Amino acid sequence: MKGPVQARWEGWWLTCGGMTAAYLILILGMLAATAVHSSPHELWAALMKREIRYAIWLSLVTCTTTSLLALLLAVPVGFLLSRARFRGRAWLDAALDIPIVLPPMVVGLCLLILFQTRVGRAVEQVMPFTYTVAGVVLAQFVIGASFAVRTMRGTFDNLSSRPEEVAMTLGCTRAEAVWLVTLPAARRGMFAAASIAWARSLGEFGPVLVFAGATRMKTEVLPTTVWLELSVGNLEAAIAVSLLLVMLAILVLVGVKLAGEPL
Amino acid sequence: MIRLQNISWHAGDFRLLDVSFNVPAGAYGVLMGRTGCGKTTLLEILCGLRRPSTGRLWIGGRDVTAAPPGQRGIGYVPQDGALFPTMTVREQIAFGPRRQNLAAAARNDLVSELAAATGVAHLLGRLPTDLSGGERQRVALARALAARPSVLLLDEPLAALDEEMHGDMMALLKTTQQQLGLTVLHVTHHRREAAHLTDCLLRMEQGVVTEATDP
Repeated sequence: MKGPVQARWEGWWLTCGGMTAAYLILILGMLAATAVHSSPHELWAALMKREIRYAIWLSLVTCTTTSLLALLLAVPVGFLLSRARFRGRAWLDAALDIPIVLPPMVVGLCLLILFQTRVGRAVEQVMPFTYTVAGVVLAQFVIGASFAVRTMRGTFDNLSSRPEEVAMTLGCTRAEAVWLVTLPAARRGMFAAASIAWARSLGEFGPVLVFAGATRMKTEVLPTTVWLELSVGNLEAAIAVSLLLVMLAILVLVGVKLAGEPL
Repeated sequence: MIRLQNISWHAGDFRLLDVSFNVPAGAYGVLMGRTGCGKTTLLEILCGLRRPSTGRLWIGGRDVTAAPPGQRGIGYVPQDGALFPTMTVREQIAFGPRRQNLAAAARNDLVSELAAATGVAHLLGRLPTDLSGGERQRVALARALAARPSVLLLDEPLAALDEEMHGDMMALLKTTQQQLGLTVLHVTHHRREAAHLTDCLLRMEQGVVTEATDP
């Protein structure tokens, strides 16, 4: 009996391994093909274009702003979902995943329509969002924050509440206990949450295009650049920016892995 | 002194019903009961971490039913020690005195004194991850004592220790209680532990606490 069972299992593992290898080859193959398509000189020249330098700068500024805002939201919301027990918690948990499951373009359209309502217009009077840099941040934030919340919730789920409670018996309020005991213990999770929001925002295209537009030297971020350059047939520039996006994404991936948080 | 009067609490199917008992000042009370019978919940109510639906409780003669955890004058040692993950042993012990705004010199003296008394003086620079189970419990005890409580609440503090450490820790708990004149409520399901330590034995069954004479 032992022989056939073992053989069957070996076959199963071979199938799993083969499928994993095929998928990995697909991923690495498409990256390698893109990387060797143009010469380094052409890529560098494309990256030095004034519009693309602006898009790089705007992407870095908006993604960093978005990730910090997402973290500010994700810490209390993740804490609430992880520690509090209340009626409707499962529904709230599901509702906060809506930006993850909605098609990105739809998020942009919904934002655009929201800012056409009476309340939205009133907000625009104070701080314009539609077709502005603030709109880029908001479009990135809606989706990035959802990922950050999920990461922080997982982080708090893995941290016992007991040390926090002991701190309360030693004279802390709940907020002080969280600040002094829980957040230092959650710092890797916070780094991961901010990084994931940052990486997600960096690749955000649909909502930014629909809500903030694709105006060069104004609301053009790197994914918009890829699309704009492709639409005018400038493949070298599109590849150069794509490779830059790939490198930044890999950097974030490595950073999060080194911080020890599961993605 | 610890006094509970008609304390009730419930969550789902689990409930504590009209729990009343008294641990006299300076006594070592042991609360026995099976795992999952509500002993930890009762300690959490005493700590102020859970609010009872009815009843009142007094610690050191003061009604603390509505007092926040930090103003009850208690020292709490949870089952696994629950040390602060990112703090050294020195910082753990100094945490309570720091919250009480004790001057730095007095705080350092207190940390040294308690570290020596609990046998962790050589571990002051270590993080919790570098401590054994027994060392963690000793640090948790020193941390609780550093806030100079009148009452010590211990939740199965010996559960994770091996036989030899078990004996050492029992001796340390009893000596500490006698030297500082503390009122202690020690939760356990171990008969031997209860028999060795107790001045005042309580038994918990199905959410009800009764006084007992024999563990």
